[in-house]
Amino acid sequence: ILLSDGPSPAITPITPPTSVIAPLFIDTLCLDKCTTLREEVDDSFDINISVSDPEKVGDGMNAYMAYKVTTKTSMSLFKQREFSVKRRFSDFLGLHSKLASKYLHVGYIVPPAPEKSIVGMTKVKVGKEDQSSNEFVEKRRSALERYLMRTVKHHILLKDPDVLQFLESSELPRAVSTQALSSAGLLRMVNKAADAVNKMTIKMNESDAWFEEKQQHFESLDVQLRKLHISVESLVCHRKELSVNTAQFAKSAAMLGNSEDHTALSRALSQLAEVEEKMDQLHQDQANADFYLFSELLGDYVRLLAAVKGVFDHRIKTWQKWQDSQILLQKKREAEAKLQFTNKSDKLQQAKDEIKDMEGRVQQDERDFEQISRTIRKEVGRFEKERVKDFKTSIIKYLESLVLTQQQVIKSYFTFRYVTASV
Amino acid sequence: MFQSDQNEGDPRAVNVDLQTDATLQVDISDALSERDKVKFTVHTKSSLPNFKLNEFSVVRQHEEFIWLHDSFVENEEYAGYIIPPAPPRPDFDASREKLQKLGEGEGSMTKEEFTKMKQELEAEYLAIFKKTVAMHEVFLCRVAAHPVLRKDLNFHVFLEYNQDLSVRGKNKKEKLEDFFKNVVKSADGVLVAGVKDVDDFFEHEKTFLLEYHNRVKDASAKSDRMIRSHKNAADDINRIASSLYTLGTQDTTELCKFFLKVSELFEKTRKVESRVAADEDLKLSDLLKYYLRESQAAKDLLYRRSRSLVDYENANKALDKARSKNRDVLQAETSQQICCHKFEKISESAKQELIDFKTRRVAAFRKNLVELAELELKHAKGNLQLLQSCLGFMKTNT
Repeated sequence: ILLSDGPSPAITPITPPTSVIAPLFIDTLCLDKCTTLREEVDDSFDINISVSDPEKVGDGMNAYMAYKVTTKTSMSLFKQREFSVKRRFSDFLGLHSKLASKYLHVGYIVPPAPEKSIVGMTKVKVGKEDQSSNEFVEKRRSALERYLMRTVKHHILLKDPDVLQFLESSELPRAVSTQALSSAGLLRMVNKAADAVNKMTIKMNESDAWFEEKQQHFESLDVQLRKLHISVESLVCHRKELSVNTAQFAKSAAMLGNSEDHTALSRALSQLAEVEEKMDQLHQDQANADFYLFSELLGDYVRLLAAVKGVFDHRIKTWQKWQDSQILLQKKREAEAKLQFTNKSDKLQQAKDEIKDMEGRVQQDERDFEQISRTIRKEVGRFEKERVKDFKTSIIKYLESLVLTQQQVIKSYFTFRYVTASV
Repeated sequence: MFQSDQNEGDPRAVNVDLQTDATLQVDISDALSERDKVKFTVHTKSSLPNFKLNEFSVVRQHEEFIWLHDSFVENEEYAGYIIPPAPPRPDFDASREKLQKLGEGEGSMTKEEFTKMKQELEAEYLAIFKKTVAMHEVFLCRVAAHPVLRKDLNFHVFLEYNQDLSVRGKNKKEKLEDFFKNVVKSADGVLVAGVKDVDDFFEHEKTFLLEYHNRVKDASAKSDRMIRSHKNAADDINRIASSLYTLGTQDTTELCKFFLKVSELFEKTRKVESRVAADEDLKLSDLLKYYLRESQAAKDLLYRRSRSLVDYENANKALDKARSKNRDVLQAETSQQICCHKFEKISESAKQELIDFKTRRVAAFRKNLVELAELELKHAKGNLQLLQSCLGFMKTNT
């Protein structure tokens, strides 16, 4: 039960979208139990999270969607082996926000949360229970599931208390600062803009070619993935169109069959209509596979690459901080040197103390910089391994969906040919 | 610019199941596409004494085909036949526009992408070209196969006269006259369609054709839309293949081999998808479009028969009136007899024409639907094989 201030709101179960997902193709990307190659983890990585049963809670503009988050695991980290909680979208955003603030600036690639959609959510709130709002809910459900699985696959994040609380705790304090139109939201936007400006002015003396190389690699990968994503999105769109147009043609062929006065031909045309109806369904299913197995994978990685870039940028900021400290230290030393020629002994002592502090800070900043550099090296290695596995798994699944479609096409046309040959 | 090589897939026999015999065989042996016109080489083989030679060729343009068709329509002698529908005007505008756009956008894409797109557009142009040749040829073959039309003098002139027929396209005045003629016809058509025919056969045919024509029109339009979506999807797969290729060449992980393999696969499957769209176009869309035109020609025949029936009835009324007034009786009798004879002649030949139409239609649909099913199966199997072999490779190598 979610804690809320108002009276207990009505819960409207959402009719599960029937033709949104073809059960043939989709099982969650994350069902493969992967044994990790990371040295840090003690027990073998065995955890599976599913997000399911979206339920509308409340009415009107205050309504929201509640999702069931079920964890199945044998890891000792958790109190039970199987347990469920109810979470809403802002809870996920809240989790990400906490993780980002803790780990991004020290170099960990924190998986980004799914994007907000004011338009999509409004439709659901307003109560339009139609195809498009069902599709929206399903898209979101799937995205939330992928988000959680990516998060827990990260050995550091998995152990974070906020993550554990999110998965296990039946009650979670509302994360209000994640609202798009809140003051916190506005502050976030301002900070993002400021960051963007800063990035342009910091030029780092890169002593380590590895970072420059990796940064360029990720930049060109980003460009290519975006391009591919656009093409795949276009394919999804055209396949959906094809499905609609095929359905219309099927109806038209049926009508033509009805008005045909040669009996056998009339029957053949009805068969044509039937086969095209089957094609319509196949195209729809394939469009869903195109989307969930291919398009969403690419979308996820475009967003992940933004997080990777963020981490590289943090390293630059850390370096800058270290440089600034060094400059400040230098200034203080110069000031102290000047004071040597005066008789202000107490000021001189103060200056010496400040220098001592500053030297400490410089050392700390240098250690921070080296730490973040080390962390990023490991993270990039982990990220690339994940990327390879992710793409291989998804694309193989996608090809399998294409195989299934072709097999169904063959079956349908085989029957059709048999009938038309007897005209 | 492009020359057609005949007999590649024999598009001629697609929509009409024709019995060509040795006494008169017509085909389009060659065609040349120039800037704004297409020149068809009409080749005739005949043992008929009407022609000077047994085998000869002439060059004809689209307007000359239209002239021939219109001369049939305007000939009262042929009122009782289904006039083979005129071939549509060759239309390369869309294709030319695309090629032009491609030329303008050359700077914004890689050399490989440009070459690929250019090849595809050229293939599209060639496909349209082949189609227009086929449609002009079908028209001539239908005429040559018709027992009466094949003897038409204009037809022989069309086939044999090796000079330009000087049939300029209709000028503005003539086009306007045509327009009004059509308006009158459709108004009449509505009138005439309302009158119930005494003859069961024609009554049934009228009801059937009116409904059939509309449904073929709808099916044709929907089929075109479906095929266009198919083409769009194939184009997307093409772009996806290119992107995957670039990714494959740039990636630093073991994914590069993977991407290249998938890119190769999609290159092949999208060619298959394009062929599926092209075959659907040929076997389904073209078939429906053709029978749209033929069913219109059949409707025109019914209209002409109805007109002659109205004329006959009017002549009867005039005769009765003349007899009652006992004035100009002989004239009225002659007139009535002419109308009666005309009506009966049309009815007799129309009946046979409509029966033949049904036979042709059933044969063409059967042939095309069977061929469509075969092609869909062939392509699906091809796709399946490509996909499975790629999957097999990938699963063993990971």
